[in-house]
This record gives sequence, structure tokens and C-alpha cells, in this order.
Amino acid sequence: CRASSDGKPAKFQPPAKPVIVDKQKQRVERRFLSPEFIPPRGRTDPLKYYMERKDMIQRRKVFNIPEFYVGSVLAVTTADPYANNKSNRFVGICIQRGGKGLGATFVLRNVIEGQGVEICYELYSPRIQAIEVLKLEKRLDDNLMYLRDALPEYSTFDMNMKPESHLDHEEIPVNKLQVRMKPKPWSKRWERPKYNIKGIKFELPESKMKEAQKWSQPWLEFDMLREYDTSKIEEQIWKEVNEELKK
Amino acid sequence: QGLLRRSVSHSFLSFTSISEARQAIQKLTRVRVVDNSALGNTPYHRPPKCIHVYNKTGVGKVGDKILLAIKGEKKKALIVGHKMPGPTMTPRFDSNNVVLIEDNGNPIGTRIKTPIPYILRQREGEFSKVLAIARNFV
Repeated sequence: CRASSDGKPAKFQPPAKPVIVDKQKQRVERRFLSPEFIPPRGRTDPLKYYMERKDMIQRRKVFNIPEFYVGSVLAVTTADPYANNKSNRFVGICIQRGGKGLGATFVLRNVIEGQGVEICYELYSPRIQAIEVLKLEKRLDDNLMYLRDALPEYSTFDMNMKPESHLDHEEIPVNKLQVRMKPKPWSKRWERPKYNIKGIKFELPESKMKEAQKWSQPWLEFDMLREYDTSKIEEQIWKEVNEELKK
Repeated sequence: QGLLRRSVSHSFLSFTSISEARQAIQKLTRVRVVDNSALGNTPYHRPPKCIHVYNKTGVGKVGDKILLAIKGEKKKALIVGHKMPGPTMTPRFDSNNVVLIEDNGNPIGTRIKTPIPYILRQREGEFSKVLAIARNFV
């Protein structure tokens, strides 16, 4: 308390009101729309995709399909009439997500007892009983098919891996791992610019890398007929999907 | 063993890449024997090759019987996995796997360490002995 210059008691100044900043609401909500919702470019009637989306949302209401990306480790339990306990659990890294609509698939890869195994699952198949995300992360590429030609240590995951917890509002971590490959020949020439792979540590001589650049097609990125801007379509579908899911 | 197919030791092969078409097993495909039998595991200068597929079409898938040429002998074998993608939800292996078998269906080896697809359980009657020695299933 300050002594006033006049000798009279100073006017009571209330302290400033605390400003409550709700950090959780401030963070931008992360939107994730599964890639199979976005219709492919074509001349088919959008009604077909609308009906398929309704069926996809119906299935999602009954069964939870979590958010995952290429490069995340998943565990899938399917109903199998020939397995003991009628169910079969497989753990693997997702190397590819393909297909649109109800036929959307994802391929999981794992190396068991030195043997590489890949299984292609359909997301909306009624045979799938549970999908758990053990490790949610992204990689530098959209397609990890090169893991077939990489050293097997990069595709091995323990079948009894514990799920790693992931906070809701944080961004998905991008694993900038550069994978080491087996000696050539590979199943595809991954050094060529057509595949545009960033996740391989190429230990090839400079001459080979330069020779691979001969097959580059620099005009492709400027080709306007190949452009497919999905931002508006995504907004529409996002609203539609969220409304339906809330019902 | 997986590096065998990458070796270009033969003098008559002038190109460096051996194209690996991911088709199912047919005549002259090199296969990998996965059980612990002596015939399948002793090294030989030629890889085991398929010489006949016991099928209406000459293409063998999982669960088909084939004739192999190993170490100068003919032996029957059962396909337990191939590199060609099959129906969805079935596993696709990184090598063409085969289990050596007698004419009556008895396996020659005593243990199979590599994973076997569950689809083989459908024909439990024919393959019961092979499934009994298998350790891991996928």
C-alpha cells in the first residue's frame, strides 16, 4: 500500500482481473478425413458416392475404425473359421492404403521368424473384429512398398507390442527414418524420380543416381489436366460425415 | 538363403537383374523348402525347382501339390505360401515356401518354423500331419 502524496488514503484500486486462457480450446482441432471418403476424379454420378458414404458411416457407427496413416503400426483381429478361437490377430506396419469407398484396403507387413508376411485387409469387411493402433505416426512417403527390398529389421514388429499412447490434440509425429536397403536388384527401381521416395538412404554411386534422373519428368508438376483439387470436396464431405456420425 | 536368388554366378547370364515376377508356382520356379528335413536343408549347387504341378492348370497356389527336383531327386511337396497376392485377408509371403512330402501325404521333416496360412486348415483331412508339425500360423 502506497502512502499518498496528499496525506489522504489512496483510492482503492482493485487488482486486474485474471484473464483465463483455455489452452485446450485454443489449439486448432486436428481434422482427419479418411482418404477413402474422397471420391476419385471421374464422370460418375455423385449419388453413387453419397450412397456409399452413407453405408460407410453406418459401419463406422457400429465398429470403430481409428485414425491411422501409412507407417503406423496396427494390430488387426479378424474372424477366421479355421483359426483356433475362431479369431486371428496380426500386427504389422501399414505400407499402403488403397481403394475408395467400401472397398478401401490397407496392407500390413511384418517379418515373422525371418519370413516377410503381408496381408491386405479391407477396412469395411465384416470379418474384422478389432483394429488397434499400436503406434500412430507418419513417414516421409505415402507408400512404403520399398520395405520389401529393405533390410528385414525395418519391418519386424513384436506380435505382443504394447500400444503407445498418443495425446489427442498434438500433431502426428513424422518419422524421418531413412531406411537402408538390401543390395540391388530390387523389385522396383526405387531410385527413379517416378517413385519420389524420400525415406531411403541410397548408398548408390553418384553416377547411378544421375542416370536415374534421366527418367525424370519435370513437366508433370505443371500439367494442369492432372490437377485434382480436393479441398472443397473434403470440406463438404467432412461436414456431411460429422453430421451423420452425430445422429 | 534369401540372397541365393540374387546371386549372378552363372556365366551364361549376361544381365545383372533377375526379374522376379510375382506369379504363383509353376514349372521351373525356384522354391524354398521351409521344413527341417535333411533333403531340404543341405546345400546344393542348384536351387530346388518345380517340375510339375498336380493341378488342372499348371499354376500352383497354397495347398497344391507339386513335384520338385532337389539334389538330383524327384520329391513331392506342398505349397504353403507364394509371392503372388491371393484373395484379401490371406497372407502373401516374401518367398515361395514349400514343405517336402511323401506320396501318401506324410511330411519328411519334423518341424516347420515359418508361418503357415490358416487356409490350409480347411483341408484338415489331407494335411493334418503337415499342420501338426507346423509351429506358427498366420
